[in-house]
Amino acid sequence: MSDTHAQTVAYVRETMLPERAPPATVVGPIGWARENLFSSPANTVITLVALAFVYLIFSILIPWASHNTWSATSLADCREMTGKDHGAACWGVINERWRQILFGNYPEHLRWRPILDLVLLGVALAPILFTNLPRKMLYFSAAYPFIMPWLIWGGTVWVPVLAAMGFVIGFLVIKFGEEVLGSLLAMVLAVVVALVWWLFLLSPLSDVLSSILPIGLEPIGSSRDIGGLLLAFVIGVVAIGCSLPIGIVLALGRQSNLLIVKTLCVGFIEFIRGVPLITLLFVASTLLNIFMPPGTNFDIVLRVIIMVTLFSSAYMAEVIRGGLAALPKGQYEGGDSLGLNYWQAQRLIIMPQALKISIPGIVSTFIGLFKDTTLVSVIGLMDPIGWATAIRADTAWIGVLWELYAFIAVLFFIVCFGMSRYSMYLERKLKTSH
Amino acid sequence: MNKSVFIGALTAAGLAAAAAPAATLDEVKERGVLNCGVSTGVPGFEAPNADGEWEGFDVDVCRAVAAAVLDDAKAVEFVPTTGKTRFTALASGEVDMLSRVTTWTFSRDVDLKFEFVGVNYYDGQGFMVPKELGVTSATELDGATVCIQTGTTTELNLADYFRVNNMSYEPVPIETQTEAQQQYLAGACDVYTTDSSALASVRSSFADASAHTILPEIISKEPLGPLVRHGDNEWGDIVRWTLNALIAAEELGVTSANIGELSAAAGDNPEINRLLGTEGNLGEMLGLDAQWAVRAISAGGNFGESFERHIGENTPIGLARGLNAQWTAGGLMYSPPFR
Amino acid sequence: MTTLSDPPKESFRLSMLLYDTRYRSMTIQVIALIGFSAFVWWLIGNTAQNMAALGKTLSFRFLWEPAGYDINQRLIEYSSQSSHFRAAMVGVLNTLVIAVLGCALATVLGIIIGVLRLSRNWIVARIMTVYVEMFRNVPVLLWIVLAMAIMIETQPAPRAFKGDDATASMIFDAVAITNRGVFVPAPSFTSGFASTGLNWLIVLLVFAASIFVVRLVRARATATQEATGIRPTTWYLQLGLLIVPTAIVLLVMGLQWTSPELKGFNFKGGLHLRNSLIALWLALSLYTAAFIAENVRSGIMAISKGQSEAAGALGLRPNRIMSLVVLPQALRVIIPPLISQYLNLTKNSSLAIAVGYMDITGTLMGISLNQTGRELETLLLGMLIYLTISLLISAAMNVYNARMQLVER
Repeated sequence: MSDTHAQTVAYVRETMLPERAPPATVVGPIGWARENLFSSPANTVITLVALAFVYLIFSILIPWASHNTWSATSLADCREMTGKDHGAACWGVINERWRQILFGNYPEHLRWRPILDLVLLGVALAPILFTNLPRKMLYFSAAYPFIMPWLIWGGTVWVPVLAAMGFVIGFLVIKFGEEVLGSLLAMVLAVVVALVWWLFLLSPLSDVLSSILPIGLEPIGSSRDIGGLLLAFVIGVVAIGCSLPIGIVLALGRQSNLLIVKTLCVGFIEFIRGVPLITLLFVASTLLNIFMPPGTNFDIVLRVIIMVTLFSSAYMAEVIRGGLAALPKGQYEGGDSLGLNYWQAQRLIIMPQALKISIPGIVSTFIGLFKDTTLVSVIGLMDPIGWATAIRADTAWIGVLWELYAFIAVLFFIVCFGMSRYSMYLERKLKTSH
Repeated sequence: MNKSVFIGALTAAGLAAAAAPAATLDEVKERGVLNCGVSTGVPGFEAPNADGEWEGFDVDVCRAVAAAVLDDAKAVEFVPTTGKTRFTALASGEVDMLSRVTTWTFSRDVDLKFEFVGVNYYDGQGFMVPKELGVTSATELDGATVCIQTGTTTELNLADYFRVNNMSYEPVPIETQTEAQQQYLAGACDVYTTDSSALASVRSSFADASAHTILPEIISKEPLGPLVRHGDNEWGDIVRWTLNALIAAEELGVTSANIGELSAAAGDNPEINRLLGTEGNLGEMLGLDAQWAVRAISAGGNFGESFERHIGENTPIGLARGLNAQWTAGGLMYSPPFR
Repeated sequence: MTTLSDPPKESFRLSMLLYDTRYRSMTIQVIALIGFSAFVWWLIGNTAQNMAALGKTLSFRFLWEPAGYDINQRLIEYSSQSSHFRAAMVGVLNTLVIAVLGCALATVLGIIIGVLRLSRNWIVARIMTVYVEMFRNVPVLLWIVLAMAIMIETQPAPRAFKGDDATASMIFDAVAITNRGVFVPAPSFTSGFASTGLNWLIVLLVFAASIFVVRLVRARATATQEATGIRPTTWYLQLGLLIVPTAIVLLVMGLQWTSPELKGFNFKGGLHLRNSLIALWLALSLYTAAFIAENVRSGIMAISKGQSEAAGALGLRPNRIMSLVVLPQALRVIIPPLISQYLNLTKNSSLAIAVGYMDITGTLMGISLNQTGRELETLLLGMLIYLTISLLISAAMNVYNARMQLVER
């Protein structure tokens, strides 16, 4: 062909023309705008409407927010400073009360403890999330559930140590009892022994130990002092932490082919998921003490944590069930073919993979739960919204409204948005499939 | 409650399932802290200040009891309760006493099994309307939209009042007083009804208080007072007589200023002497020491001082004594004799 | 030659309960059942003991005593002299109203926002992203409270409509947006039967009948199309059938719209959509719509690009590709998470208590509980009601889901 070509065409360019810059209307900001904002008349109209909408919002918000009222000590003060009765933000209330919205009445000189707790939480989660970290760090992760409440509530160090001992004892019973009694009996025995340890031996033992070796942190006055965003964190973290094992058991129960076990698990999960959290909180505030043996008196924060744990374990069970269902059947069969028994297969093959798949689900359950902790204000606990109500009852701040709600909304947004972004990042990172 | 107490409670539960309820006084002494139920915030009566410390007229009663029993007016754990949770909190033993603008009624006393130990504020349900509506009497309120706080006796009084007077109304139920105030000010309701003390305090907090008027009708009796559980009369006596000590102190002219002098040695007035423990053994009869009333009165001053400091005419709340003056000044405050 | 012989007959030994998988599952179940029963028995025992100590007995008799309080929004007849039970029923109906309204609005908004998030218009897509993130990451209780505050603080009071120097006016003289709620014209019948319920039932029946006929017409058209290849134009017939009979019935019964009028303290006549209803409705719908939008978006993204490209190759325009090809397929992915969003919305409606909307949490578990002091009974009953509603919703939606799923052969 080329021969013919050479004979018929007088001139053929043998090198490429240099690329010319595209017209200014299709590249750069103008091109981008044409492509994305004004590609058709309809699109142009939509863009303009959207711009007008954005302008409207900002034209309301910015004049309201941009008042330098940080030093005001009462609403009347604010009104004097701005010379306006309405339409001006009074930031003095945030300046004066932000500590209460963040920490409640938590003793001022002890506030490093919850902050340290938060840092340690990151340290404890790191080895679970990132497999390239030293495996030894997992020991700290295991210890964290005992350190966390101790740092918040304070008191003698022996209680968390002995509580952790309960697990060790239960584990030892399983390990050595298995050969003598068989796995089933050993497991039942381990549970009984651990319960006896926690319920009857822990308290006197810790008293004895702390009188011999009084090591501990200064205890806080009462759980009521935990308030504001800290309360939301404590309820959220403790409830999610406790609900994880319960959720795993429930999910396995729901998947098992033991009819009675399955029915109990399904019944529990569907009951909890069928009623609003607020009714469970009403139960916590008015009924839980009636269900307990006479003379028992948990304080309200513990009661709320108990009910929220039950609540989140039902949701956790569903998340983990999703993770279990996502595993290919070959994994179960592979476990069986290696001759592993049920618990071994779960521990070594199924759960590590299922939990990994479930991490994004667990994080979003946590975000949901963290937002739901605001409901405790309805039963009179002092979470951020509860504090907002109390602050508004202070004679100096009667009439303040938007500033407090805006501040709280921003707090929650930062925390929840941060977590959801982080979970998306993790999701990408944890994706081991090809 | 720290973790060891939590575990301890579980242990106690497991060991002694049917133990008889311990005496509240012993419990409080052992704990070293008085658990006192308050509301989530009513201006002047109870609200936390910038340092997180609760202040107010009702709060002073709690502090007086704590001072009398524990010798420390600060040894009080304030438990904020809502209209819904207040009675269960008391019944379940979560709090030792309630001091939160609670009306003494028959059914609460008898059916819910509580014991009102006295009255620290005589109140009544009233109505507040903006002046521009031109309403001068509650009987002109037919068809009005009324803001009420739920979970209180005011709802029932209101329903009764409008039914008896054959008027219609639109109730707007609201959880907290601050919320109600906000809605009323914005004009979301024509009328705000609640205890008239609260009405006065709310009105005083308005930028333009003179634009609102409180109607003359008082449609109910609302004796507000502290309450304890049925069945522990010793504890009930302590709270009752602490309150009475505050009232009697005002009547007898014992103030936080002169109490040190008066309690140092027995004076001329035998009733003051008995009250302050320089004569007789009233404290012992209560299971406390002789100085109990001195501490209670020193904690927040006598009844009148506490009133003036939190809700009196010189405060933003600006309530006149009215019915709550001493009986000697034409009011209803009347402490039984200390003898 | 080997002879097969039967395996030796096993005799049952007690240890087989533990080691033999055939029996072991039975053992585990029996242990679980015993444990569970013991736990329940322990709870009931404690409760009985505590109730006795408090001097209370479990009794639902209070339900038939006069409630003594008034409720503003009531769909059935109710006065302060009615029983607590009737108050609870008013509450249940109010819960259902907010749930139905909320689910409907949230679905519409969610689909629109989900589709717009994928819009090629940069600014629209951005605004929708901001919307979704803003609503998803702030507690719904805060949104409800804020919505209520906006209604109360920014809308004019009825007073502002009064007089010559009124600062606010009604929209088309028919709709008044006040800080007590929105007043809209209400339909009523001048002739017709005495009971409004019966009148509406007739209208509904006629409308349902016309829909049925319209479907018949459509089926005929499809049959013709299949037989001849040409689809007869029937849209005017369908439209007429849909509107005319109902319109005639309405005319005959004398439908009229009563506009709200400012009388005395407030607007009278018309339909009063209360503040609490509107705030709760908007907040719940906007909040849930953000989640539904995410479901819709992921549903649409789950449809492989080949589908829309193939549709494009057939010459369909982008709008038709979306409505005819992508959305119907995406719907299958969207429905299961949508069910749980509906359930969440219904459960979140219990936060009505924060704005004083009188749902079941406000009546039975709120004022009735306060006034009677019967926590156990009211809470048990309330939870039972919510459980029933939740189970009904999920059952209904699961049936719908099953019908929508691809039939796999």
